[in-house]
Amino acid sequence: MAVWVSAGGCGLLSPIRGRLRAAVLAWRVPVRAAGTGLVYDVVVSGGGMVGSAMAAALGHDVHFREKKILLLEAGPRKVSDSLPESYSNRVSSISPGSATLLSSFGAWDHVCSLRFKPFRRMQVWDACSEAMIIFDKNNLEDMGYVVENDVIMSALTKQLDAVSDRVEVLYRSRAVGYTWPLTCHLSDTSPWVKIDLADGRRLETKLLIGADGQNSMVRKAAGIQNIHYQYDQSAVVATLHLSEATDNNVAWQRFLPSGPIALLPLSDTASSLVWSTSHEHASELLSMDEESFVDTINSAFWSNLHHSDFIDTAGSVFRSAISLLMPSGTATRQLPPSIATVEPKSRAVFPLGMGHATEYVRHRMALIGDAAHRVHPLAGQGVNMGFGDIACLTHHLSTAAFNGKDLGSIKHLLQFETERQRHNLSLMAAIDLLKRLYSTSVAPFVLLRTWGLQTTHALSPVKEQIMSFASK
Amino acid sequence: MWGCGGLSRAARALVAPRGRSSGAGPPGRRLWAAAGDHYGQAFQRGPGGFSENYRWKMQLTSNSTRFVCLTEMKSSIDTLLNMSSDHQLGSPLSGVKILDVGCGGGLLSEPLGRLGASVTGIDPLEDNIRTAEQHKSFDPVLAKRIQYKPCSLEDIVEEATETFDVIVASEVVEHVADLETFIKYCYQVLKPEGSLFITTINKTQLSYILGIVVAERIMGIVPEGTHDWEKFISPEELECLLDSNGFLVKTVNGMSYNPLSGSWSWTESTSINYAVHAVKSRVKEQSSSREPPSETDKEEHLAEASASTTV
Repeated sequence: MAVWVSAGGCGLLSPIRGRLRAAVLAWRVPVRAAGTGLVYDVVVSGGGMVGSAMAAALGHDVHFREKKILLLEAGPRKVSDSLPESYSNRVSSISPGSATLLSSFGAWDHVCSLRFKPFRRMQVWDACSEAMIIFDKNNLEDMGYVVENDVIMSALTKQLDAVSDRVEVLYRSRAVGYTWPLTCHLSDTSPWVKIDLADGRRLETKLLIGADGQNSMVRKAAGIQNIHYQYDQSAVVATLHLSEATDNNVAWQRFLPSGPIALLPLSDTASSLVWSTSHEHASELLSMDEESFVDTINSAFWSNLHHSDFIDTAGSVFRSAISLLMPSGTATRQLPPSIATVEPKSRAVFPLGMGHATEYVRHRMALIGDAAHRVHPLAGQGVNMGFGDIACLTHHLSTAAFNGKDLGSIKHLLQFETERQRHNLSLMAAIDLLKRLYSTSVAPFVLLRTWGLQTTHALSPVKEQIMSFASK
Repeated sequence: MWGCGGLSRAARALVAPRGRSSGAGPPGRRLWAAAGDHYGQAFQRGPGGFSENYRWKMQLTSNSTRFVCLTEMKSSIDTLLNMSSDHQLGSPLSGVKILDVGCGGGLLSEPLGRLGASVTGIDPLEDNIRTAEQHKSFDPVLAKRIQYKPCSLEDIVEEATETFDVIVASEVVEHVADLETFIKYCYQVLKPEGSLFITTINKTQLSYILGIVVAERIMGIVPEGTHDWEKFISPEELECLLDSNGFLVKTVNGMSYNPLSGSWSWTESTSINYAVHAVKSRVKEQSSSREPPSETDKEEHLAEASASTTV
């Protein structure tokens, strides 16, 4: 937790230290700079889900009708009118709050017309005990939506096309250098941020938004300290086919000592796997044949190998105590659907880590998405935090534009930073704590988390708070 | 985190550079010069940049801008907004010609320009105009929309008769020697039914304590000698002057500044800072037949204005 105190402390104190420095950080690559004389109002660097959504949100904002926005993406344009038959193995769990953001500029309608799966319930349980927690909104509302990343990108690209008069998108354009303006304006130097592209062009902008992922070049160029470490874990993803068709509207997650395994519904016959485990185990899973892979998954969800009598007894005693105090506070654990086959060639692995930028903003610069924060996928929050950043930043920029203010002014950027750091840091601390707590099979910790989980499950107000915080 | 942001801003306020006042000229001019230097310096020196160092001024102008827009849209001058065929929500003031009297370094002209207006900024100090020109030169959109002239209002009154839809005189009337003549000039340059927006400081004990003793001498937010309490004017006096010179006063709103958060907000009390919106009547009214602005009208504006408070 010491890391968190210093991370939080840096976040609090650095505005005072960082802003008073009138330092120019230039990272120049000697390229022929061809000025266009055009000054963009906002440039978003990075055309992933978060960067594209940011550009689309600004482009559809009423107060940005007269503004010029540019989105820079190093890769090619990704849009498809027809979806491939099989599901992609990269999916995201979209919270209701993120869905609201996407529908605010019309992207959610495209998602709905393509492919998505709502889920109404989440069951999370321990491999070392009987403890479990179920989240559901009394089965009345959707808790979240499982959407393939490609579907989201396609929807976002369509909405960007719809505002192409305001938002310009440059594909296959990589930024190679950034020049920051001085915070105090000297007479003959340009007050704008300068971006050097790989093809030699030089752009100027009043505000640069860095949405270029966990290895953000914008963040590095600005010299912002990034607190990060690699987890000893990798995530294995795959698309799985169920043994029998079922009303697949529950998200399942079981905490094994090696890491959590999760099953997200894609349709009535298919689900997506996200299994965070040690690097060695991950490569084993990748290389084993399909039958063994399926067997391993099923036993990971079903076997009681890690139970010990002591924990089981302690757990059930506690459970009876709770059911005396709160009769509705316990429920029986259900088992997830069994897996029949895995989609060929859908297995992939990627390493996991945690990261947080000590500052999200500087004069004329803001970081959003993974460039600012990177989390473990166990809570399905990564891209949702990014969408939350977008909602907050768009609100502040829209208000600034409404008031005729300079968009790059640090005053409203600082307000964005404070709001988001407050939310993101608490969520990241909780996720990291859960990850550490559930990474062990040592009895005292297992007991602690068993009782903790059972208690939380019994207390509906607490669960509701958790659900509302996570669905923002 | 709020505290840290507020403290750092307050700390910067305390180390703001002091203004210098030029010696020559009549007292009114000298005070004007001191105020002008204060604006001009904002662009030249502050370590925090022109908006950072004098953020209290920036906040005032943001509120003024919003005030202009709000009452513009709500008042009977909606026709102005519908004048230009490409009126968009993105630039609500496009097609509106605004005169910014005492523009200083362009702190108010720039936001107005960003909202689409064609702004003419005048200031008697050449230094200020130079700084303002330089600052806008880097922004191609503003460079087209804003024009600066190093002169005072009396210099342009001949050639600019009935040219402007709106005049903004923000923090100016407390520095002007002859206020009645100033108002007469404003009357001449405004189009019929044009709007005059004035923000200034009331002449009360509270404004002396806070506006001069605290702001100038203790906290140093404003350079010493910028304001002369004798030149402050109460809203009632200002209303009277405006009424007897052909204006119809539509709204009077108080404003208050929070030094910790660095933001301005609308308030009921006009005891320190306040803003006035007056409209040029078609016919110069006699003071006996003056029609007081309707209570409901005032309340409506106050309610709507206070709905969009801190910026």
